[in-house]
Amino acid sequence: MSEFLLEMRNVNKRFPGVIALQDVNFALKKGEVHVLLGENGAGKSTLMKILSGAYPMDSGEIFIKGKRVEINKPQDAQELGISIIHQEFNLIPHLSIAQNIFLGREPVEGRFIKTIAWDKMYRKAAEILGRFDINVSPRTPVRELGVAMQQMVEIAKALSVNAEIVVMDEPTAALTTAETEKLFQVIRTLKAQGVSIIYISHRLEELSKIGDVATVLRDGRNVGTVDLKKTDTDTLVRMMVGRSLTDMFPKESVPRGKEALRVENLYGKGVNGVSFVAYEGEVLGFAGIVGCGRTELARAIFGADPASGGRVYVDGREVSISSPRQAIKAGIAYLTEDRGREGLVLGLSVRENIGLPVLDKVCRAGIVNFGRKSALAANFVKNLGIKTPSLSTLARSLSGGNQQKVVLAKWLATKAKVLIFDEPTRGIDVGAKWEIYQLINELAKQGTSVIMISSDLREILGMSDRILVMREGCITGEFDRSEATQEKILYCAAGGKTGVH
Amino acid sequence: MQRGVRLVFTNHELAGTGPAGAEVSKPRFSQASVMQYLQQIGILAGFIVLMLAFAILSPYFLTLDNLLAIALQSSINAVVALGMTFVIATGGIDLSVGSIVALIGVVMADLMQSGVGIPVSVLAGTVIGVGCGTMNGLLITKAKLPPFIVTLGMMSFIRGLALIYTSGQPIYGVPAGFRFLGSGYIGAVPVPVIIAALAAALAYFLLRRTRFGEYTLAIGGNEEATRLSGVNVGFYKTLVYSFCGLMCTLGTIILVARLNAAEPIAGFNYELDAIAATVMGGTSLTGGQANILGTMVGALIMGALRNGLNLLNVQAFYQQLAIGAVIILAVLVDRFRK
Repeated sequence: MSEFLLEMRNVNKRFPGVIALQDVNFALKKGEVHVLLGENGAGKSTLMKILSGAYPMDSGEIFIKGKRVEINKPQDAQELGISIIHQEFNLIPHLSIAQNIFLGREPVEGRFIKTIAWDKMYRKAAEILGRFDINVSPRTPVRELGVAMQQMVEIAKALSVNAEIVVMDEPTAALTTAETEKLFQVIRTLKAQGVSIIYISHRLEELSKIGDVATVLRDGRNVGTVDLKKTDTDTLVRMMVGRSLTDMFPKESVPRGKEALRVENLYGKGVNGVSFVAYEGEVLGFAGIVGCGRTELARAIFGADPASGGRVYVDGREVSISSPRQAIKAGIAYLTEDRGREGLVLGLSVRENIGLPVLDKVCRAGIVNFGRKSALAANFVKNLGIKTPSLSTLARSLSGGNQQKVVLAKWLATKAKVLIFDEPTRGIDVGAKWEIYQLINELAKQGTSVIMISSDLREILGMSDRILVMREGCITGEFDRSEATQEKILYCAAGGKTGVH
Repeated sequence: MQRGVRLVFTNHELAGTGPAGAEVSKPRFSQASVMQYLQQIGILAGFIVLMLAFAILSPYFLTLDNLLAIALQSSINAVVALGMTFVIATGGIDLSVGSIVALIGVVMADLMQSGVGIPVSVLAGTVIGVGCGTMNGLLITKAKLPPFIVTLGMMSFIRGLALIYTSGQPIYGVPAGFRFLGSGYIGAVPVPVIIAALAAALAYFLLRRTRFGEYTLAIGGNEEATRLSGVNVGFYKTLVYSFCGLMCTLGTIILVARLNAAEPIAGFNYELDAIAATVMGGTSLTGGQANILGTMVGALIMGALRNGLNLLNVQAFYQQLAIGAVIILAVLVDRFRK
């Protein structure tokens, strides 16, 4: 018998115009936490989709416990004990935890007329939750749970089918530090119970805490499998991007110019009287905990949600903004934190998406000048290095990092004076992050006023010229780049009041 | 690997006249996109199969006369379905088209009988059609009501207006010049077929070449992202329903001219025929995409089916059965092909 629980050998997969996987080998031991690393588009998701039966492979073999298996559909994978926990949860909000866990496999009782054995179902659900020390009633509707608990329900669901292999795709993307720690405990428990875990993440710093080994994919090839205890972050990054990143944050400061945006006493949903100024050539970071009103502030400035009071000035002139249309006209652009829901029309092509906010400029009498629109999009595709087979490719089929670049392209096309980035690097890989930081530098050099909202404190500290901290809809701190530290920011974000000038 | 980014665009580049733009933008219709398009109208294959089957069963079916008759019979549904295609592309629905057709018909016929002349009557019909559509659009965008509910209500409301206007009576007789639009020929081709073809060309142009068409698809694909991109979503959505009303006017002109009469109960089930033609043609009810050519083929399938079944002397009750089955089958086949 093989020493490996799962082996994937010489897996090849080709999509129209792209080789997604080339002779990839992957081997997983029992009770191991195996990290799958790689940039967006490196082939991680494709490999896992093949394993879970979502895609067929072009060629290659899969062995489980040394025996060759065929995985042609998701049910095949499930029967072999493979479960995937996707980034987007597949839970039904108004059903209870237990109902979600046993959806489609409800225990039944009765000889002639089968009815759902509710008691048994709740008992079994409680048992599974108990395995992770979770003290929530299995009767609680899922909609009442936070993101972290919902994820636990997904994990419980996977385990209820006796999964031996659990694939977790970016499980910590939406979790707080404390919740992440809780998740790690659960993973360790699973590991102790002999469950193998394939763990996909972009957060390099958390890997050594949870992973045993890591397999790195680059451009659809396996670059190598390494022991995480003996490998430092630099080596991993070099393997992922094919070169070394000397500095995570390539910050270049430029002298700040004149006032670009002035907000005075702005009120709105979740915004309680905010005043601040942003300057040309400056990167202004907004820190704070989730729900402190940063996104709400950005949406109010941009006219996405109505502001209930206050004034906004662009270039020293007061502007009245009650819709995104007016904000764009005034020279403000807003990159939303949720790409799929608010940033892109996924069913439209790259060309259409980039052209959307500036369609007026490539139209005459309402008729679109197709050539000009294509040229505009082609320029951004080239200059931002958007990896897409063609301009007609649907946004849906691009990887996360490339989707984010399409969003960037569409807002750059508006030539805005003030660019508000909301979580610009969430869910994208180090290489793409670095490119976005470069772009922020470049924008600042050209005199754009960049406002960056981020929950990643290192990013805020690394890229901002000045930092504002928000709490409960108010600004509670202001720091210059030179004086800002994590501790000071956290203190203001948590309720202390210092540094307000 | 070059990781740096270049952001300084010259105005030439942004305007798309620079050399960098020229090299990438050349293929307007690449081979791939033509294939994609043909694939989308897989319904065409079904249409051909249907035609062949009828041709074998009835020797008269494939004569030029009969084919033109099919096109003629399909023309009204085709025109109304064009409007419906835009509405469905935004993720909406318009159940009131049949009632709008009835109201336009009785008002136009009445005006023509009272002697105000054809142009004024047609203009009045257009105002009513576009007005009803705009009303639908405003209720949906301003009052933020679901399209299904708004147009369901308007279906009854407008039908009521048509019945009240004529006290439930039909109006017989329209001027000969107007009748030409329904029963005239240009060469061998019936005028309604020419009207429908021109309308389809207009719809295709609007969808693929104008801001209006692009916003229609964007709104259907992701309304919030479109709004945040600075598009006046409410305005364009309303415009889509206005356009649907305009297509209703066109359909009514053909109908009244062909029948030489207008009835307040006309247009019964038009919404269902139009939705069927649209969906069979490959436009998804969830919005975000549209297929003008597919809609036309969808309308032709409905017409060919009725015509062929009549030629084969199939009883009306069984015709209903067959049409229903074909609609479901067509969408099913399309689903499996994907």
